[in-house]
Amino acid sequence: MNAAHAIEMHGIVKRFGNFCALDEVELEVKKGSIHAILGENGAGKTTLMNILYGLYDYNKGQILVHGKEVHFKSPRDAIHAGIGMVHQHFKLIEPYTVLQNIVLGYEKKGLFGFIDYRKARKEIEALIKAYHFKIDLDAKVRDISVGMQQRVEIVKALYRGADILIFDEPTAVLTPQEIHELTGCMKNMTEEGKTVIIITHKLEEITQCASRCTIIRRGKFITEVAVDGCDTKKLASLMVGREVNFSVKKQKKAGTEPMFEIRNLTVEDRQGICRLSDLSLEVHHGEIVGIAGVDGNGQQELFEAISSLIMVKSGTITIHSKEIQNTDPKTMLENGITVIPEDRQKDGLVLDFTVAENLISQNLSAPQFSRHGFLKKPEIMASSAALIEKYDIRPSGCSALKCRALSGGNQQKVIIARAIARNPDLIIAVQPTRGMDVGAIEFVHKALIEEREKGKGILLISLDLDEILKLSDRVAIISSGHITGVFDAQDADKGKIGTLMVGGKN
Amino acid sequence: MNSIGVILGITLMYSAPLVFAAMGGVISEKAGVINIGIEGMMTFGAFTGAATGYYLDNPWIGFLCAALAGGAISILHAVACVNFHANQTISGVALNLIGTGASLYLARILFDGATQTLPLKKKLPKLVSNADGTISLDSTAAIAFILVVLLWLYLYRTKGGLRLMAAGEHPEAVDSLGISVEKIRFCAVIASGILAGAGGAAMSLAVVSSFSQTVISGHGYIALAAVIFGRWNPASVALACLLFGFSQSLVVFLGNGTITIPSQVLAMLPYVVTIIVLIVMHGETRAPKASGVPYEK
Repeated sequence: MNAAHAIEMHGIVKRFGNFCALDEVELEVKKGSIHAILGENGAGKTTLMNILYGLYDYNKGQILVHGKEVHFKSPRDAIHAGIGMVHQHFKLIEPYTVLQNIVLGYEKKGLFGFIDYRKARKEIEALIKAYHFKIDLDAKVRDISVGMQQRVEIVKALYRGADILIFDEPTAVLTPQEIHELTGCMKNMTEEGKTVIIITHKLEEITQCASRCTIIRRGKFITEVAVDGCDTKKLASLMVGREVNFSVKKQKKAGTEPMFEIRNLTVEDRQGICRLSDLSLEVHHGEIVGIAGVDGNGQQELFEAISSLIMVKSGTITIHSKEIQNTDPKTMLENGITVIPEDRQKDGLVLDFTVAENLISQNLSAPQFSRHGFLKKPEIMASSAALIEKYDIRPSGCSALKCRALSGGNQQKVIIARAIARNPDLIIAVQPTRGMDVGAIEFVHKALIEEREKGKGILLISLDLDEILKLSDRVAIISSGHITGVFDAQDADKGKIGTLMVGGKN
Repeated sequence: MNSIGVILGITLMYSAPLVFAAMGGVISEKAGVINIGIEGMMTFGAFTGAATGYYLDNPWIGFLCAALAGGAISILHAVACVNFHANQTISGVALNLIGTGASLYLARILFDGATQTLPLKKKLPKLVSNADGTISLDSTAAIAFILVVLLWLYLYRTKGGLRLMAAGEHPEAVDSLGISVEKIRFCAVIASGILAGAGGAAMSLAVVSSFSQTVISGHGYIALAAVIFGRWNPASVALACLLFGFSQSLVVFLGNGTITIPSQVLAMLPYVVTIIVLIVMHGETRAPKASGVPYEK
């Protein structure tokens, strides 16, 4: 027991059935500090924090808050003890206003037992002022930006009197400017004497703001280090358990003739609102073009327009000088375009089908896999086994396993194997590493670069600016459905891109 | 002028059962549980109300028992959907079969093998009425519309309402605040059962004075259509119920009138209106996001 510690967790064990998610994990967080918890996906970071927040029960261990032993049965107890959590996927009610979201669960009664919004508004406005936030209390949550939604979550926790705040992957969806604001805000909080815990697998964030870092690997406590005197490379190897290669080697060798061209593309949604306006873009052979932008600025529509999932109002999409707009996904595939979709579980895979079935799902009518409408089982299994081997999809020999049973990273490998096996000319990768850890990201990046070296064109749509800058030859910034700037990746400047992403002028 | 008064009176009378049931539908769906079983709950309420009202010779006690019966039978739906995460549509369909089946079975036992109850001596009283029927307001209609106001206040002004609707939009969020989604949804289903039961009795104790096999024939479904038509807002849902009640009153009014339309064709009117309304409304509605999705931690 140590009074200087806001949080102590000792020997925490958590099992889900036979699976041991946490095995004797230790955590000590100093009062008034920013403490990072680092680990790969599935390492158990979020599980550990959900236990601290009272969402999960645990099998063994001891938790102390400000030196006093606690046993939370529900988040209510944790909130009462001064713990607040900003979840990775925000817990906000979209049709409610910001104010309603903040008071939900912490309502104060006024006349006739109705909620006293006036009193709440006063208190919350004071809080917002104290932390220099900009929040419109009367806006509906579904109308505000992701960054503001996160601030709402923070205010929600502060309004409940939290003095220990847990952030679960807080920067995954933010622009560089918003990340900067968030780190500033976290530092403000520690100056007020509050304690901040941040869960992440992004190493830069840790070196930027945290003072100490606890590393968890596969549910086991590895070590706790002081962040000063630690570089990202060392943190990465501690997290993954082996050396990680950050730099991607690539030679510049883009072709001169564009193989894929979008000209003056305009797309309207059903309400007649312009989603893409006059958007032009080209991809050459042997080139990766990255589309950077804040979520919801037309990335989804761009992808859907190329796949003919939505109608194009005007403009053309051409591959090898053949127009493919307003056709169908099959035409797109037949013309040598393949897609790595954003949501691998929803759009990429049929989770309850086997790995082998998923691997050929875009190729069903190819003569090597079917004849007269009947599938050729042996050929399918053989091709699947070869791909599993080549792309190191684990567990090895998983042809007959349902895709659901695979980890996220391996599900993504199935999609990539399938995409590349078609030998496409153009690969459209939407958020290809979303939610994956360093090891798996490294694999995906290598695979994409490899295809680029073979002379394929790649259109990379990602919300992760670092990923775009690392892989792309050229970076195009999309804002409000329009390309606001194109740079060579070498002379791209993060600050400038960030400004363009939020609609600023070049 | 007289005709308008008559039509208005009948409209309100026929709307009342729909309003009760539809408010039940609103509560349940706002909390995230689809309640297709309202039809069955209404039937069971209609029977219980008529049977107890007949034996105890008091329609008000019958009305109360009907509400309790609706609440009791809805426990099945609540347990299945909330505690055991069952498919809500299937559970609702099962409830419709149980509600109707149980009513007819019990009617046969209690009323010498008949699939209907004997008529009550007194129906639920009218609050206001005159001799020629040009002015009339059923007590059930008055209660129903007071209920609409109360429910609106509850949903949009109290903390219970704020939490209930949150459970139907984003249950994980509610859970993360330490509020039990299960409790909210369970109570909401029971409340919707109570209201559906009362709605059934508003049919068998105010519109007619006994229970028969056809007294509730699709009213539960029409109430659900009104919920969608009124976009889950109690006030608009009540207006939708009035529209359906109005088409029902036209059936009655025109059936007695001088124009000769075959009664079978006339009787189709409320159902045709329902279908037309649903077609017109297609695509414009926004149901509570998590409605129909079982919540598992």
